[in-house]
Amino acid sequence: MAHDATTSDASTTDSATADSITADSTRTESKPMTDTLTLEAADIPSTEVEEPSREASSIEMQGLHKRFGRNTVALDGVDLVIEAGEFFTLLGPSGCGKTTLLRILAGLEEADDGRLAIGGRDVTEVPPHQRSVNTVFQSYALFPHLSVRENLAFGLKMRGMPPEQREARVARIAEFIQLGDLVERRVDQLSGGQRQRIALARALVNEPDVLLLDEPLSALDAGLRSQLQVELLRVQKRLGMTFVFVTHDQDEAMVMSDRIAVLNGGVIQQVGPPREVYEHPANAFVARFMGHDNLYPIEARDGDRLTTPLGVLSAEAAGEGDLLLIRPETLDLLPGEQPGDNRLPATVTERLYRGSHAEYRLEVGETTLQATLNNRGRRLPEVGDRVTVSVAPEDLVTLSE
Amino acid sequence: MSYAGVTPSARSRAMVRESRHLLFTVAPGAIWIVIFLVLPSAYLMGVAFMTNGPYGLPEMPLSLGSFERLAGFGFLGWSPGNLYTLLRSLWQTLVSTGLVVLVAYPIAYYISTCRERWRPIMLLLVVVPSWTNQVIRTFGWMNLLAPGTPLSSLAEGLGLIAPNMGLYPSNFAVTLGLVYNFLPFMVLPLYAAFEKLDTAQVEAAQDLYASPVRAFWHAVFPQTLPGLLAGVVLVAIPAFGMYVIPELLGGGKGMMLGNLVANQFSGGANWPLGAAGAILMLIATFIGLYAMRRIGKRLGGGEEVVI
Repeated sequence: MAHDATTSDASTTDSATADSITADSTRTESKPMTDTLTLEAADIPSTEVEEPSREASSIEMQGLHKRFGRNTVALDGVDLVIEAGEFFTLLGPSGCGKTTLLRILAGLEEADDGRLAIGGRDVTEVPPHQRSVNTVFQSYALFPHLSVRENLAFGLKMRGMPPEQREARVARIAEFIQLGDLVERRVDQLSGGQRQRIALARALVNEPDVLLLDEPLSALDAGLRSQLQVELLRVQKRLGMTFVFVTHDQDEAMVMSDRIAVLNGGVIQQVGPPREVYEHPANAFVARFMGHDNLYPIEARDGDRLTTPLGVLSAEAAGEGDLLLIRPETLDLLPGEQPGDNRLPATVTERLYRGSHAEYRLEVGETTLQATLNNRGRRLPEVGDRVTVSVAPEDLVTLSE
Repeated sequence: MSYAGVTPSARSRAMVRESRHLLFTVAPGAIWIVIFLVLPSAYLMGVAFMTNGPYGLPEMPLSLGSFERLAGFGFLGWSPGNLYTLLRSLWQTLVSTGLVVLVAYPIAYYISTCRERWRPIMLLLVVVPSWTNQVIRTFGWMNLLAPGTPLSSLAEGLGLIAPNMGLYPSNFAVTLGLVYNFLPFMVLPLYAAFEKLDTAQVEAAQDLYASPVRAFWHAVFPQTLPGLLAGVVLVAIPAFGMYVIPELLGGGKGMMLGNLVANQFSGGANWPLGAAGAILMLIATFIGLYAMRRIGKRLGGGEEVVI
């Protein structure tokens, strides 16, 4: 049954070029994955109890610098502590240095300056093959001339584990990722989702102190991707391993991470739990990268009363910054003109209906404001309607450019 | 070709037209191959089984005499001369191909690491010497290695050769000539393999606890294997049948199978024996190719890497 599903999805995904076919492959891919989820409880004793649980490792970075060539600065002084057992995400646009940082953790790149310690041991100068760190590469980087089994066994073999023990571990991890019946296949006979899981298993089977993941889900289509996000998160929680995850997708980062570091231009902009980074971005870059558009300069302030192009608004605890952030989902739209404190008269200029919610573009005087409202079934404002925007003082956040 | 006999009513006109079109496209090449490859080979086969006539030309009746002589059975009983020639050919091929691999591998790697705009120039430098006639280049080596030249004097000074002997003529000179001559044929396919090397695989190997040496062996070497085996085929087959280099640089001491065959068609004047030698070379080549395929398949994990 499971075998049929996996073989058929190998063929469908290989031929998947058009969007319609991709959607179909998602459906067939999902089969073994749901099996994994239901089998999870049964898996725990076989994968966990036999191995003595190991201490997860923390990572400490101090003043890491890296430049490529004469002009490209990849990392410009990174200080960061990643706690043991944390799911930590490096988030940023392409070229921000997140992948370089990950490669330095793996030992594939050497920092020009600074120190790196993993599990309390200084590994700044330690070559990659002597670090208890494994990577899931963006391109998977599986060995095409080896079978799935040989790919999975590679790390254990290099570390000199005796064959019987090695085979047992490989068989167990192959079972764990629901690819037990594919171990004799060659890698090029597998679908994208299967390769992704093999890449993950090839790293996990070594039980490293730290697992590094370089945008491992970026090559997959949306449905499969969100399923693997959940799966990855569960694996991490179960193994208690330190995961360092690189992505440019802020939604993915928020779903998965215990903490997020947002990078730009080789500098860490903010480190914190997803909620903090999203709701209290440290600066305009982080705010924009997390998807916020409602940023307004503060022209004057009188205590907690802030004058902005939208009008005068009172914030509960206005900070120091010179920018006001209004998250679209904190806004409420009232029909007609209903003046009051923290209420702004506006005109609806655009409405994007998204089913569960609707996004509005509003004009407040000359200024544009975005609002997102849950669709609870009440009347939705139409384009051209006069409305009143209402916002609670505790939802207003100030930040600096 | 038999479509002409089928009535057009039996199949659609389009198919007939297509087959005729195909026939006209393939015919020139096919005729060429028949005239210049199939017929001569058939003739050679035939000659090998004929009797040697008084002027070295083949005559009837058919016999296996040439093969007996090739195996060393002559008027004076068995002599190992031809066997030595065969073994020398195999040995020279093996050694020179091995040396070509050792020299070409780092060169190809180095070129692939150069800046992109330098690479064509570097490749050109590798290839340019082979634009000169092989005979002329071999004469060049004669001048370089002859007794009294700086290289020979140096070898003499180091006690590697007897005084006044010179590096040429010798088996060493033949090996050197072969390596020099076939280097580009190995560098080019290897370079092609190195150029499309997937470095992520190398990094994955290092990440999975492979030391630099083992990462090379498990992640770099398999990727260059198709290029390497293609190069070995390109080098070993012509080297095995080489005539010019052993003739000029071996000075009669380094005779290879190619020289044995050539002699039978000229001075030796024994066409059937020459033809038998040519067939032996052909068989040896096929055995070698078969072995390469097997090796390639095993190392390449079941993939067809050779031919």
